[in-house]
Amino acid sequence: MDAIILQFLNGLDKGSAYALIALGLTLIFGTLGVVNFAHGALFMIGAFCSVTVQRILTLSSESLSATEKDFLGNPLKIKTPYVENWFGPEVGAALIDWSVPLAIVFAIPVMLLVGFIMERGLIKHFYKRPHADQILVTFGLAIVLQEVIKYFYGANPLPTPAPSVFVGSFDFGPLLGLDTSLAYPYWRLVYFAFSAAIIGAVFAFLQFTTFGMVVRAGMADRETVGLLGIDIDRRFTIMFGIAAAVAGLAGVMYAPINSPNYHMGMDFLVLSFVVVVVGGMGSLPGAVLAGFMLGILESLASMNEIKNILPGIDQIIIYVVAIIILLTRPRGLMGRKGVMEE
Amino acid sequence: MFGLNKRDAGLLLVVAGLALFAPFLLNPFPTDSAMAQFNAGYPDLMQRFVIFGVFAVGFNLLFGLTGYLSFGHAAFLGIGSYSAVWMFKLLGYNILPGMILSVVVSAVFALMIGYISLRRSGIYFSILTLAFAQMLFAIAYSDLIGRFFGTPITNGETGLQVYTSDPQFFHSENLPDIPHIFGQKMQSTYTLDVGAWSFDFNFGYYFCALILIAAFYLAIRIFRSPFGLMLRAVKSNQQRMNYTGLNTRPYTLAVFVISGMYAGLAGGLMASMDPLAGAERMQWTASGEVVLMTILGGAGTLIGPILGAGFIKYFENIFAKINDNVLHSWFSFMPDGLENLMVALVHPFVGKGWHLTLGLLFMLVVIFLPGGLVEGGQRIAQRLRGKKAAEKATDTSKTPAE
Repeated sequence: MDAIILQFLNGLDKGSAYALIALGLTLIFGTLGVVNFAHGALFMIGAFCSVTVQRILTLSSESLSATEKDFLGNPLKIKTPYVENWFGPEVGAALIDWSVPLAIVFAIPVMLLVGFIMERGLIKHFYKRPHADQILVTFGLAIVLQEVIKYFYGANPLPTPAPSVFVGSFDFGPLLGLDTSLAYPYWRLVYFAFSAAIIGAVFAFLQFTTFGMVVRAGMADRETVGLLGIDIDRRFTIMFGIAAAVAGLAGVMYAPINSPNYHMGMDFLVLSFVVVVVGGMGSLPGAVLAGFMLGILESLASMNEIKNILPGIDQIIIYVVAIIILLTRPRGLMGRKGVMEE
Repeated sequence: MFGLNKRDAGLLLVVAGLALFAPFLLNPFPTDSAMAQFNAGYPDLMQRFVIFGVFAVGFNLLFGLTGYLSFGHAAFLGIGSYSAVWMFKLLGYNILPGMILSVVVSAVFALMIGYISLRRSGIYFSILTLAFAQMLFAIAYSDLIGRFFGTPITNGETGLQVYTSDPQFFHSENLPDIPHIFGQKMQSTYTLDVGAWSFDFNFGYYFCALILIAAFYLAIRIFRSPFGLMLRAVKSNQQRMNYTGLNTRPYTLAVFVISGMYAGLAGGLMASMDPLAGAERMQWTASGEVVLMTILGGAGTLIGPILGAGFIKYFENIFAKINDNVLHSWFSFMPDGLENLMVALVHPFVGKGWHLTLGLLFMLVVIFLPGGLVEGGQRIAQRLRGKKAAEKATDTSKTPAE
């Protein structure tokens, strides 16, 4: 029982990442009708925002120690981060420690900008072209973004630790009235809460603001909204930026869970597409639901009890489920009628 | 000639000429010269050219004719390789049984995957094929079937290879211990030295080249057949086809299977040149590569995929060799500061940065040249021929494009 609960919890954070990426993909597809193969790359850029902020904060000045010597007898070089010089040692150390959450502040404008540039510079020209062309050009863009990141940051994964407060794990055992301990890392709890907050914020934004209302109207009937004198294109561009930011934030907070590397975007992209299709193309709740469902399913399938009966099922379960759902419910779990049906 | 019209026969001759004289064409620089590093006429690389040519021609039959974008074609390549290596293990190193089995097995898989995937079109089809391919990759990579039965089938991460303890029923003392066809080794190479040049004639390469020519001929026949015309009708308007009471599924399924067989054949050839099969051949990046080749060369054209495959494989190989020293020697005529600047500017795009160049190139082609290199060539030819000829050319292009 406790093993099942633990796997369920493990599935939540992977599911959160899937859900956030799939949500962004669906936003773009629902508003602009574009299939964005570069969305995984946006997730990766988000994760590298964490790395960048951490590097900026740890930029150090070198000074020679007056008293200590290194093993050659020369004065020891001491590196002090600039932030510690400017804000004092305690505040500086705390800033460095909290670099991943701080990266959120940095990532939002960066991701919005990346999103705007992508939409205005490239994707705008592909609205009228067939879906195959959209897939191809964004696929090319994904390769380019990935290679640019690889050029600047190298091919190795870059560990980006979470704030030290969140190191360690929370014991769910007593809470649930179990005898055994059920340790679960704090940061994963934070990640889940963070994703839930972002998902909630996106839905609230679409549901309760005038801007969101216009966007929803535009998703339903773009032409009519345009005829009412609303510049729907501009709003869709902003939505593209928001979708990019959602993927980026998912990446920022994911950095401590899995050290960012240049191909993490592609790894997540394939699964996120499966998630979108399972959830139903163009359905936002469907994307979130399918994201969590597949994440948890994948995690449950990796339990030893199941693996002993069906070895390796955890690696193919998502695809099997996707194929079954697409064949029995072609519209996906919550897909709307008439969206992308041939 | 061979039931082809003049233009197609010309195209076939061009491909045959390119394939047969590749050892000369790809080695234009003397062996000792500084440019020798840009020679591509060594057997290993030439084999890759033609094998990927077969793969891309097959992919183009599906994508170019019907517009169904499969993102999982590398699965068939991998399946072909595994089948061929299994034949080497069981029957011996003669490659014929391996080739036959690789085509048959990949056809069976293509039939199953196609039967399911082709129920949907557009983006759903792409995702379904991608999902199937990733599933097969996961199965091969951790050898799930093998673990289920308790004996290695794909041999997981290590990859499948032939061991001396394998049965090899038809193997005898006088046969070589490497892939061969009736005793003639795939590796055997005859080197012709002409002055400062040297040309390698590799048996395995010529075997692959003949298969490429045959595969290309078959592709032309499919393009020009009523069957091919039907597939093009599916591409331009499937709904209308359905409304006329025609079931298009058998046609698309047939071409999906044919295309899968081409991929399986390419996989079998790969294993025949180097008797190894690994799961990385099936990964979706490999599927992406064949998409890149076909689009870059020109999807829906006959010769495009071959050009694309050659182009990508050639520059992948050449770009990897260009390092900073080479760059410095190129720009050495410039003043020092400018030279360093140019080297710094070009550096990210060469050497390990080949994928960056490829990605950019691919985007440019998709954006500006949807017809790929072939369309680029046609446009240049039109410019050169002048306006009058250009008008004529647009007239002819109104007849169904190839």
